[in-house]
Amino acid sequence: MIGRILALGLAAGLLAQPAMAQDKVKVGFIATFSGPGGVLGQHLYDGFMLGVDHVGGKLGGLATEVVKEDDQLKPDVGLQVAKSLVERDKVDIISGIVFSNVMMAIYKPTIDAGVPIVSANAGPSPIAGAQCSPMFVNTSWQNDGPHEAMGKHVQDKGFKNVYLMAPNYQAGKDSLTGFKRFYKGKVADEVYTTVNQLDYSAEIAQLRAAKPDAVFVFYPGGMGVNFVKQYAQAGLIKDVPLFSAFTIDATTLDAQGDAAIGTFQTAFWAFDLKNPVNDKFVSGFQAKFKYMPSTYSAQAYDAALLIDAAIKANGGKVADKKALMAAMKTAKVDSVRGGQLKLNTNNFPIQSYYLLETAKGADGKLVSSNRGVVLADYGDVYAKDCPMK
Amino acid sequence: MARLDRPLIAVLVVFGLLALVPVYAVAFQQPFYLSLFARVMIFALAAISLDLVLGFGGMVSFGHAAYLGVGAYAVGILAYHGVDSALVQWGVAILASALVALFVGAISLRTSGMYFIMITLAFAQMLYYLAVSLKAYGGDDGLPILKRGSLGPINLASNVQLYYLILGFLALFLYLGHRVVRSRFGRVLEGAKWNERRTIALGIAPYRYRLVAFVLSGTVCGLAGALLATLTTFVSPSYMAWTRSGEIIVMVVLGGISTLTGPVIGAVVLLILEEILAKLTIHWMLILGPILVLVVLFARRGLWGWIVGRHG
Amino acid sequence: MDPLLFLTQALNGLQLGIMLFLLAAGLTLVFGIMNLVNLAHGSLYMVGAYLMAAFQGWTGSFVLGLLLAVPATLVVGVLVELIVLRRLYDRDHLDQVLATFGLILFFNELVRVIWGPAALFVSIPKALEGTVVIVPGAPYPIYRLAIIVVGLAVAGFLSWLVTRTRTGALIRAGAANRTMVAALGIDIGLLFTLVFGLGAALAGLAGAMAAPLLSVESGMGDGVLILTFVVIVIGGVGSIRGAFVAAVLVGVVDTVGRAFLPILLREIFNRSVANAAGPALASMLIYLLMAAILAFRPRGLFSVRNG
Repeated sequence: MIGRILALGLAAGLLAQPAMAQDKVKVGFIATFSGPGGVLGQHLYDGFMLGVDHVGGKLGGLATEVVKEDDQLKPDVGLQVAKSLVERDKVDIISGIVFSNVMMAIYKPTIDAGVPIVSANAGPSPIAGAQCSPMFVNTSWQNDGPHEAMGKHVQDKGFKNVYLMAPNYQAGKDSLTGFKRFYKGKVADEVYTTVNQLDYSAEIAQLRAAKPDAVFVFYPGGMGVNFVKQYAQAGLIKDVPLFSAFTIDATTLDAQGDAAIGTFQTAFWAFDLKNPVNDKFVSGFQAKFKYMPSTYSAQAYDAALLIDAAIKANGGKVADKKALMAAMKTAKVDSVRGGQLKLNTNNFPIQSYYLLETAKGADGKLVSSNRGVVLADYGDVYAKDCPMK
Repeated sequence: MARLDRPLIAVLVVFGLLALVPVYAVAFQQPFYLSLFARVMIFALAAISLDLVLGFGGMVSFGHAAYLGVGAYAVGILAYHGVDSALVQWGVAILASALVALFVGAISLRTSGMYFIMITLAFAQMLYYLAVSLKAYGGDDGLPILKRGSLGPINLASNVQLYYLILGFLALFLYLGHRVVRSRFGRVLEGAKWNERRTIALGIAPYRYRLVAFVLSGTVCGLAGALLATLTTFVSPSYMAWTRSGEIIVMVVLGGISTLTGPVIGAVVLLILEEILAKLTIHWMLILGPILVLVVLFARRGLWGWIVGRHG
Repeated sequence: MDPLLFLTQALNGLQLGIMLFLLAAGLTLVFGIMNLVNLAHGSLYMVGAYLMAAFQGWTGSFVLGLLLAVPATLVVGVLVELIVLRRLYDRDHLDQVLATFGLILFFNELVRVIWGPAALFVSIPKALEGTVVIVPGAPYPIYRLAIIVVGLAVAGFLSWLVTRTRTGALIRAGAANRTMVAALGIDIGLLFTLVFGLGAALAGLAGAMAAPLLSVESGMGDGVLILTFVVIVIGGVGSIRGAFVAAVLVGVVDTVGRAFLPILLREIFNRSVANAAGPALASMLIYLLMAAILAFRPRGLFSVRNG
């Protein structure tokens, strides 16, 4: 019997791994890889690894190891893998992180342990504001950015009566608040639906009865596929134009199909942005992974480039994390966004947001193409709450 | 060794190994194992609490994650409002989960079998959606706790001290659990599971016994939730997702139902197995799923039955 | 409140209910007859949707895709029954919950391994695209009408099967008293496999029909599984009639609640309270409905036998 228990103990012992060597950089990459959210993790990771590839496989010229961990979209599992990366694998930097709730769980314990976070996606508003830290950098966007940009676009286009919809959770509420920061017209109604709702026929019928002249929605992932298909099937898309953010992108387009044609989105990046870094990124990505990169891949690619540039600017050293993070602010990084990556006082990017329109491309495949800048060189409203200067 | 001693020896070995984790972690500078096994022990505590209703009461609760969530949110909300005494935080967590369990149990226990499974799930789903819509407390993004509570001479900020405290709770409730199931109360509870009519014929109303067991179970699970919030310094609705309730059931059955000690081993093995499999492949659920099926088909008495042997 | 809008919402609720009925019918039969709690029923729904996407992609036709996907799901269901589930009929509910929970994990990951992590697309056939006006001023998607028609046809077929045929008599007898059917010299194993296959085919049909409306992705069966369980518990486990009534009830209550509850609350409370409470209450509504019904009728509306 004791042998059996020892067998279990030995199996647990296999978890132990050797500590790291010097003069190399070790990045812990946390994302959601398993379960329904897994596709975002894949886009993020592939983008990051392409970035590592394009700097010759050596971030900052150092031998580079990327340790990949799955957070299963559970904050406590995310915290556990973050601790294992920090304490067992002794990583120098943690990157990745798809979902805000995982970020909120790992944020403080990780930076308190002296390990910086370079978020490739999640950027919840508390971290952009009062809880900001020099140990945290974000290479994507603050959650509100694309919603604010869409609010501005809808306002500029002269829409007067807009119907708003989002899931009933924090990001959903932030999204509509962001939209309304720039849209000043009448709100026909503001509807919050159950998280991961399947059927939207009731809400669509209410929407039709309210007779708005446009609709703005925030439905990430599978919710967006469900909503957009059902909205198109209800025959509304011609009468009431559909504006959205994070609802229609390269991770969902294949599943939405023709239902997404003629819809508009806002994002900080489009596959057809004309600049040399983006050309290299998009063609390299398609050649290597055989699918279309999304904004997730693009911002993770930038995360790799930023880490690379910061290590180089810091003289190839990663031991002093404060110096490394200071170097992130001054490092010169040519971004997929065009020009150099600019960080705000709260370490979130200052960037332009573009209007995208979804249509069939030359090869018959659906793509969301750039239709011009909506908000230029824009930071976020939370930066003023951030004590860092 | 004498066969009768096997269960006791097994318990001592398991707890001995758990007690040595901090020694290993400090000696080899692997503090990560402290938080890993502290989390494992918290789920073990939740699994023990579930075994009381599941194994001894025959009540298949498919919503125990709800009490984990209620306990965790009690700590999170109090900490958010500046109450940092761990005694108060945990006390409120225990009280709140007891009240919720009383309410849910009073209604759910009018049903049985499949209906009971589903109504407990329904209540857990309601609480889940409630937590998601609590905008003031972070909603879906969850609520970080700025620092762990204070507890007299015990420094909860120290991972080692918190670890031994959790270990102590686990041992205490395992012992109390054994006392409860061997008491008259426990025998009536188990008797009503096997033969409800006979129990009623003896002039005992099983409903009240079941309700007390259900509340006890929810309360201990609530304490586990409070400890989880303290350990992770974070609470989130995902603590009470329905799959989480399923996982606690898995721990109980994997370890061995109606044994109390089995669920502890079930929790250790399931969470460590997840950790190992997740290292091997992102498709680890493709392996874990069939393992669960095989356990049900071929290891009917769970790991505990396998460890203590036929006569345990 | 606009009566026409209410009518539209009732129609939407009916359609959701019919969809749920397709899932609930199979699940309630399997539970009623084999006494098996099958959490993997949602996985069969997901498999149906994935096979629909695969076969439609392969043949380029919705109808051919449907004709292939439904029997293929039936085959998957029968295989699962033969390999795993038939060993669980004599076990308690707990073992069944655990084993079928394991099957959920397995199938959710299997579809990701086979078809990749991204969601798949299924298109509506050309003939069923567009809308038709039933309630004035509210065009209704033709495809959703088609779902209602198919669902009602299935309900009619099941009603005929269960009440008018010898198989149906056995199914009813099996649901009421299993030992008696065995005592009559019926091959109970074969009957079980057939019933399970029928349930799987219905789940596959539901998945395939839902595929053009929904995101075909890993885990798509989990949320709908819980709704389905709510339906069969409200209806009374084992009862097809109960499943139908409860499915429509859940569909209508959910839809009408989602549409009008926030508006109603705004009449009573101020806007910010109503906006916060409305959606939360709407998402809990069907669970409240179920808890209320079970509090008064612990065995559901149309109980066949002791659960």
